[in-house]
Amino acid sequence: MNHLDSKFGDYGGMYVPELLIPALDQLEQAFLDAQQDEAFKQEFMSLLTDYAGRPTAMTKCRNIVSNPLVKLYLKREDLLHGGAHKTNQVLGQALLTKRMGKTEVIAETGAGQHGVATALACALMGLKARIYMGAKDVERQAPNVFRMRLMGAEVIPVNSGSGTLKDAVNEAMRDWSANYDKAHYLLGTAAGPHPFPTIVREYHRMIGEETRAQIMQKEGRLPDAVVACVGGGSNAIGMFADFIDEPSVRLVGVEPAGKGLHTHEHGAAISTGSKGILHGAYSYIMQDSDGQIEESYSVSAGLDYPAVGPQHAYLHDIGRAEYVAATDQEALNALQLLARKEGIICALETAHALAHALNMADEAEKETIIVVNLSGRGDKDLAHVHNILGDQQP
Amino acid sequence: MSRYETMFERLGQKNEGAFVPFVMLGDPDKQTSLHIIEALIAGGADALELGIPYSDPIADGPTIQKASIRALGNKIRPADCFDILRQVRASHPDIPIGLLLYSNLVLAAGLDGFYAKAAEAGVDSILIADVPLREADRFIAVAQQHGIQQILIAPPNASEDTLKQIGEKSRGYTYLLGRAGVTGAETAATMPATELVEQLTKYQVAPPLLGFGISTPEQVANAIAAGAAGAISGSATVNIVEKYLDDVPAMLNALTEFVRGMKAATAK
Repeated sequence: MNHLDSKFGDYGGMYVPELLIPALDQLEQAFLDAQQDEAFKQEFMSLLTDYAGRPTAMTKCRNIVSNPLVKLYLKREDLLHGGAHKTNQVLGQALLTKRMGKTEVIAETGAGQHGVATALACALMGLKARIYMGAKDVERQAPNVFRMRLMGAEVIPVNSGSGTLKDAVNEAMRDWSANYDKAHYLLGTAAGPHPFPTIVREYHRMIGEETRAQIMQKEGRLPDAVVACVGGGSNAIGMFADFIDEPSVRLVGVEPAGKGLHTHEHGAAISTGSKGILHGAYSYIMQDSDGQIEESYSVSAGLDYPAVGPQHAYLHDIGRAEYVAATDQEALNALQLLARKEGIICALETAHALAHALNMADEAEKETIIVVNLSGRGDKDLAHVHNILGDQQP
Repeated sequence: MSRYETMFERLGQKNEGAFVPFVMLGDPDKQTSLHIIEALIAGGADALELGIPYSDPIADGPTIQKASIRALGNKIRPADCFDILRQVRASHPDIPIGLLLYSNLVLAAGLDGFYAKAAEAGVDSILIADVPLREADRFIAVAQQHGIQQILIAPPNASEDTLKQIGEKSRGYTYLLGRAGVTGAETAATMPATELVEQLTKYQVAPPLLGFGISTPEQVANAIAAGAAGAISGSATVNIVEKYLDDVPAMLNALTEFVRGMKAATAK
């Protein structure tokens, strides 16, 4: 039986083959032991500080907001080593891997950001990494494939199914089923079977904790809202976790509306309102009426996933967090605006959160402090965005 | 008495184990699928284990994934699978029929609705590959309401507590995993350790059928010698379907011959 609650309301759980239950139980135990172990906590903290560059800055926007009632802050996870928040939790899970006496790491990646983060953590800790990536993504994300290989990871293209992120997750779980004795599955987002959603949240929760301390220092009060993009939901849950018990702080998650929620081409699982089981957890998922999983779509590869982490599903249902969606076009506009007004090129994922925060800023009728989790930098997206925008001066 | 109990009793009297082939319903299409199942029965299959095609089969290796993709590519839906099941049941009133599938297909139809449809189509048992013991209670409860036997999996790494619970909750048969990993004939099953078989007996689990990596008559004989009540062969069976996609008569002959050879190895 589990020591931690494996569910958030009805959501989450451990819908995996029986074979994987001992491996998940072992992981839960290692995580719980590590939470009580001062030496582990110190090592994690020192990696975050001295290797990854925490705490990250918090920047008040100077030009992008025209409403004088609004202060918009950016939590600068884009400045973290690796270029995105993802580095936080891979360092934690890599330490857990060593703690369990395992020498290999299995991971999946879509755009390659989690793959790159995994590769850097494994290089640092002397772990052998093999990273599953949809064959289509391997082609689309050549620079990240090269980054992973440069840091010593093996990248395995997945041809089965649709050859994208969900198929890479399937393949990683298959590999883990055969090799759990020596390999840890380093899952990349706050989804998947218990205990992953809890571990990933706890290893990202410093995002919200730092935000609280920084905003208290700058403004002397809590923000009115924190805003983050939601694919699987790891950066959002990291931002939300420390504010869940602060009812005055609105928690706003922004899903990818792709070409519009009325089309089939989006990745907004919560907004579709359809529940089911994917990759080990019960949550909101994208599926047809028979329960076959549908392909998601987003201009941003990091949000292109047909499910969402179970705690987000729960926070939505109890009304604690709000989930909205931003289209490809809104995200592209926000990305350009931030670049032009503030001199920051953010990731396409992050631009979804920013797009919605800018709408909130426009509509505010009283003094309002908003913090956007600027989850990643946009270098990885430059070629893609250039392709879409062409050479026109925006 | 359930069809599985009747089967195990009959086999016990003949001093044989069970041979159970697995194929994917609707692979490669509805009509051929029905012929395939007939061919398996003609070869002497004691029971049938049948899959419903699913988009994301995490417990399956490449062979069975491809079978899913072929069927889905031909627009096979769960409703088509139930059509096939009804036809098989109409011509074979006594053979035990098990469904093997993934949880989201069950949830999408509604738990009660799915089990009701399965019962109406003549299904005896349901095994959900991604519902471990820990999540199984609500599925077992609905199964019982509809007279369906929920099959549980005993993995080689099962703890004593897991085996004890399987003993309390298993009905029909117990799916004994021949090894870690996913389905596939590429990696052979290891025979269950005497210790594991002793524990299965101690906790009185439903009769164990060994599956995962069973592709030869010799493995069937070894499984039964090691104490299993029989063997399940999925990927090796589906490989034959895949090999003869262009020549259905040859496929059906090969399937019947394959089952005959495997069945012959069940004599104790």
